[in-house]
Amino acid sequence: MVTKTRSMLLNVGPSHPAMHGVIRLIMELDGEKIKNVDVEIGYLHRAFEKMCETVMYGQCFPYTDRLNYVSPLINNVGFALTVEKLLGIDIPERAKYIRVIMSEISRVTDHLTCIGASAMELGAMSAFLYMIKAREFLYELVEEITGARLTVSYVRVGGVKADLTPGFTDKCFHKIAEVRKVLIEADELLTRNRIFFDRMKGIGVISKEDAISHGITGPFLRSTGVAYDVRKANPYLIYDQLDFDVPVGTTGDNLDRYFVRMAEMEQSLRIIEQCFQQIPDGPIAGELSGEIMPASEMVDHAKMGQTEGLITDEVNLDPTLQGSTKKYAKGINTDRRDIALPPKEETYSNIEGLMNHFKLVMYGHGIRPPVGEAYFPVEGANGELGFYIVSDGRDNPWRVRVHPPCFPIMSALPKCLIGSVMADLVPTFGSVNMIAGELDR
Amino acid sequence: MTPLEKVQEQFKDNVIEVHAFRGDETVIVRPHVLKEVAKFLKEAPGLEFDFLMDLTAVDYLFFAGGRIQKEFRFEVVYHFYSLKNNQRIRLKVPVTEEKPEVETLIDLWASANWYEREVWDMYGIRFQGHPNLKRILMYEEFQGHALRKDYPFNKRQPLIGPNN
Amino acid sequence: MSFMSSASNFFTSKMSDALGWARKFSIFQYPFVTACCGMEYMSTAAGHYDVDRFGAGFPRFSPRQSDVLFVVGTISHKMAPVLKTVYDQMCEPKWVVAFGVCTCTGGFYDNYSTVMGIDTIIPVDIYIPGCPPRPENVIDGLIKLQEKIQKGEQSRTLYDPRTKVGRPSHVSQDYTISQHIKNTEI
Repeated sequence: MVTKTRSMLLNVGPSHPAMHGVIRLIMELDGEKIKNVDVEIGYLHRAFEKMCETVMYGQCFPYTDRLNYVSPLINNVGFALTVEKLLGIDIPERAKYIRVIMSEISRVTDHLTCIGASAMELGAMSAFLYMIKAREFLYELVEEITGARLTVSYVRVGGVKADLTPGFTDKCFHKIAEVRKVLIEADELLTRNRIFFDRMKGIGVISKEDAISHGITGPFLRSTGVAYDVRKANPYLIYDQLDFDVPVGTTGDNLDRYFVRMAEMEQSLRIIEQCFQQIPDGPIAGELSGEIMPASEMVDHAKMGQTEGLITDEVNLDPTLQGSTKKYAKGINTDRRDIALPPKEETYSNIEGLMNHFKLVMYGHGIRPPVGEAYFPVEGANGELGFYIVSDGRDNPWRVRVHPPCFPIMSALPKCLIGSVMADLVPTFGSVNMIAGELDR
Repeated sequence: MTPLEKVQEQFKDNVIEVHAFRGDETVIVRPHVLKEVAKFLKEAPGLEFDFLMDLTAVDYLFFAGGRIQKEFRFEVVYHFYSLKNNQRIRLKVPVTEEKPEVETLIDLWASANWYEREVWDMYGIRFQGHPNLKRILMYEEFQGHALRKDYPFNKRQPLIGPNN
Repeated sequence: MSFMSSASNFFTSKMSDALGWARKFSIFQYPFVTACCGMEYMSTAAGHYDVDRFGAGFPRFSPRQSDVLFVVGTISHKMAPVLKTVYDQMCEPKWVVAFGVCTCTGGFYDNYSTVMGIDTIIPVDIYIPGCPPRPENVIDGLIKLQEKIQKGEQSRTLYDPRTKVGRPSHVSQDYTISQHIKNTEI
């Protein structure tokens, strides 16, 4: 009697328990061993690039938020830096520091979500709950500054939307201390845990040469031993003035990626603390000696023509409104009047300010970069996030291309999985940190 | 010598244009020498571009409202990065509408596999020699190529449900 | 005779009340998570804004074992047949929650690859708007869902975008990107 065996095709379908997003893996199994994996993506294709071609530059920011939705500020910063490179402008120091602080907070939320979700899939439910608790502390910080927890649209071309609130420094240090406590707790729960260690060590290995040939960057590449970090290689904003380390692994397996991410979180918190020590002062109160009035009152005075004395008056702006007042505008927005919105006192009290505001906001007008193209790489939480923008001199971008850091990692996933058993899919897929919004755009 | 000068010296007539707008070094070459230029960029000493960072395409139909006329409709854009020398370079290859085909770079860089599938899906540019050129972001029943400028952004082809 | 029928009516109505009470405090949801709203779903399910106090603490990752389908995040046309398959596999009684504005009406993704509202494909009971909705919004929607479960009401109608019939009047998308571009064409 002859026994014939055939391999089994298992469909890990688009909707699956791993909380990472929609992807389809068609696995060819021989018993428990994986013989081949076919990865199918595109289930969250939302046409980011096509939508950006139909709207103005400033209107692209909500679309960029939803690319890597666990670290939305890094996408905003990347897009804004590319447009600023295309325009050839520079932004004030304080705006650069604010962008760095918010980017690093976003990076910590991303790593917390990644490690928490992958721990939950291995059964460590408590670690997940602790990490989400720490993430909530950071969301409170983000909400205080930007107004939203997740999809922020905080960065503008030429600066940021609004300055830091008074008293933010103490709050931030307090929350960072809480996050550090959670990281110590998670470390105690996971690092020397027999089950976690056995399931992650030696699994999902990728070699250095394979990683470079596939174009992988970020914690995935650093776990194989290559110390490539865009913040050190091509420093942007003020990263060259900060002192931080780039953690590097040795073997390229899941455990190294876990250690790299834990160490990167500590480095990000270190960066935030240094930024608060070095940040230049923001509000300047010098020229303003008149009274503080609500915006509606200033608009009423100006409509009636009673504009004397309004030049030294200050607007008491509701924090939910866009734009900033004269006290803060110099620190957070560039001086170029054809790029950044004027301060609110200008908009409400005289006609030139109002026309300036209209020319930047109305459909058919807006920022017009020169004809050309620019590529700017930024260190996202998963690797090098690059924006490539082609401009034709008009108000809509001609082509916006985002280089997603997890796209090459997903194309190399079969290499990590072939030869291991079915159960190794879960920790490997968790350590990839695939974000469907960024992968499928 | 900068990378741009090295490439220009090696491939004299086949280089259409060289520029460094805003500091990004860019070289535009003719389509039939793409493979040799890419091999040269990867292996020549002093260049050693071992990362293929990005591969995409741009459609220049009605560029700037028709005021700027380009000779070719599409351009395939390659971004390279050298880990050893910390340099970046952009390589562009113009492609016509009548014969949208270029050679594949899959045997030099493994990352080209999925990027080329995406360019085929979104623009309809064929890559000769690619083992598995099928759609990656859209479904197989989708007709047309979505990122071309003559495809309207809200033309839906639903698989189930009403056509809204 | 009337005394007997009113007694049996009294018992059946108390029975259905009790069944409704039991069902509403033991929700087994199937979180069909696709996009950014998934992050707020995780926040709502975790410690700060707990859903376990509503009895909805254990997501069942199989449609055969769940009764509420939480559609969380944008549904593209590639994903729509999968959603319909998962909905069809669920057993009665079942409810559907459209979590996030991409599932309610399509959000600002008015393009070739997004379904403008999942109520064109499956009937929806609760619409939770927001991009993404705050956890407080989600809990408000969950309480409204519990009221529906108590009464035993289920939605059965699909939305037809040509006749604009089938969606409750407070759920609308007045101004899409296509209309904006048509109105401001120069």
